[in-house]
Amino acid sequence: MTTIHKFGATPISCHAWSGNRSELALSHNSKDVTLYNAKGQGWEKTAVLDQHDLRVTGIDWAPTTNRIVTCSSDRNAYVWVKGPDGQWKYTLVLLRINRAATCVRWSPEENKFAVGSGAKIISVCYYEKDNDWWVAKHIKKPLKSTITSIDWHPNNILLAAGSSDFKVRVYSGFIKEIEPKPSATPWGARMPMGNLMTEFSNSPNGGGWVHAVSFSPDGSKLAWAGHDSSISVADAANDMLVMKLKTNLLPMCSLTWIRPNTIAAAGHNCVPYTFIVESDAVKLGSAMEEDKKKESSGKTSAMDLFKNKDKLGQNELETKLNFTHQKQIAEIRIVGGQKGDVDTFSTCSLDGKIVVWNLKTLAGQMKGLKI
Amino acid sequence: MAKVQSSERAFRTVDVDLYSEDNYKEEFDNEVDTGTTDNNQITSLLNANKNAEALKLFLSGSPLGHKDPAEKKTALELAIRILMATKVGQIEKAVADLDNDSRDILMKFIYKGFEVPSDGSSAHLLLWHEKIFDVNGIGSVVRVLTDKKRA
Repeated sequence: MTTIHKFGATPISCHAWSGNRSELALSHNSKDVTLYNAKGQGWEKTAVLDQHDLRVTGIDWAPTTNRIVTCSSDRNAYVWVKGPDGQWKYTLVLLRINRAATCVRWSPEENKFAVGSGAKIISVCYYEKDNDWWVAKHIKKPLKSTITSIDWHPNNILLAAGSSDFKVRVYSGFIKEIEPKPSATPWGARMPMGNLMTEFSNSPNGGGWVHAVSFSPDGSKLAWAGHDSSISVADAANDMLVMKLKTNLLPMCSLTWIRPNTIAAAGHNCVPYTFIVESDAVKLGSAMEEDKKKESSGKTSAMDLFKNKDKLGQNELETKLNFTHQKQIAEIRIVGGQKGDVDTFSTCSLDGKIVVWNLKTLAGQMKGLKI
Repeated sequence: MAKVQSSERAFRTVDVDLYSEDNYKEEFDNEVDTGTTDNNQITSLLNANKNAEALKLFLSGSPLGHKDPAEKKTALELAIRILMATKVGQIEKAVADLDNDSRDILMKFIYKGFEVPSDGSSAHLLLWHEKIFDVNGIGSVVRVLTDKKRA
């Protein structure tokens, strides 16, 4: 079952849920972030965060500490904290980049966040109590192009970055000032700040920007979606084996792990798909929605048929897609459950809708759904 | 006005842009050109009317990404020859015999063939296109556009 939330007709470029899922932050491809509170069946606008000068490119809401971080094309990031009076107070974070910020993610323990940018730099920012400000540390080498997406490893240290130079890289985002040294992982043992652990190329033919990266719930696998319509999974425990599936679909823009071995991905196809990860291959699961064909009603259809043939030159005017979303999906976010054990997830799209997909009821309704 | 010595003016000949960090250097493919499958073998197969085998042999010999324009041209001409030689009824079976990667490579050659049409070629290539599309879907077309190694 899907719940559709409409927020006008302007595209929603990014969104984030609060920890208790009763509040939603989203941006309509503009410089404002609007906060909504769930009220009955609908949504009530509670605040507008409008500190940015240019388009907001990423929002992330930390569930436990209740802080929002937003990043924008104006090369800035702001951390928003809700004051006791209910107003959101902002703190500017100096990222020290000279190009737009493209994506932002809180780390799993929410003591730091990473911002990808077009300046070929990842800024890992942490809070310094002495001066009461957020300090940014840069990861520069050997990034050669814009970072398009970022995901943290569950151990709060490793960071995966997908880039428009067709590569995915795993870095160490270890900040020695705020955390103890990490233990070894399948990705490597030594993890000084900014150390490149591994690098994967999207395709031997070179092509396809990496649109989204996501670590598996246990952190041993890394999945990414490329613009060459492929989904790839790298398995660190299995000697960095890369399993790639070239799909028959349009490229995916966002993905996450809904089960320990299942990925949900969505993008230009306007409907989420599931992908099953087996020990040596990635297979297409199924679409989350069936193609709803419109049924024509008895008598009037003959008249409409000729009317349309005369007016339009075709039998029917098919401008509406047979899916819930009418335009490509920009982001997938987990709503109920956590990575690897998701009950519900939401997708925001360029048609102004946020649709929440409930996996349990979907599995009951759709016979062909493979999770 | 003090006279400027020519040695002091030497710095003006430095091209600052060369030393700017921002310059993106395209990664060079340090790959050995392996596209030397026996073109004669393929031609002989064609002459013997074994079109499907000629196609398989041609596609497995990594015909993409030639840097030398003459090699590119020969690869394209050979591809078009094979595609045009295959009769309409044989196309579907030939496509089914290939694996996914070969079909993607073939799709790239079909689009390249569209770019340089000869008499009646486009209609025949469209048939090939339709058959591959039925199997590999729109993903193969996306890969024609995104892959760096072009036909």
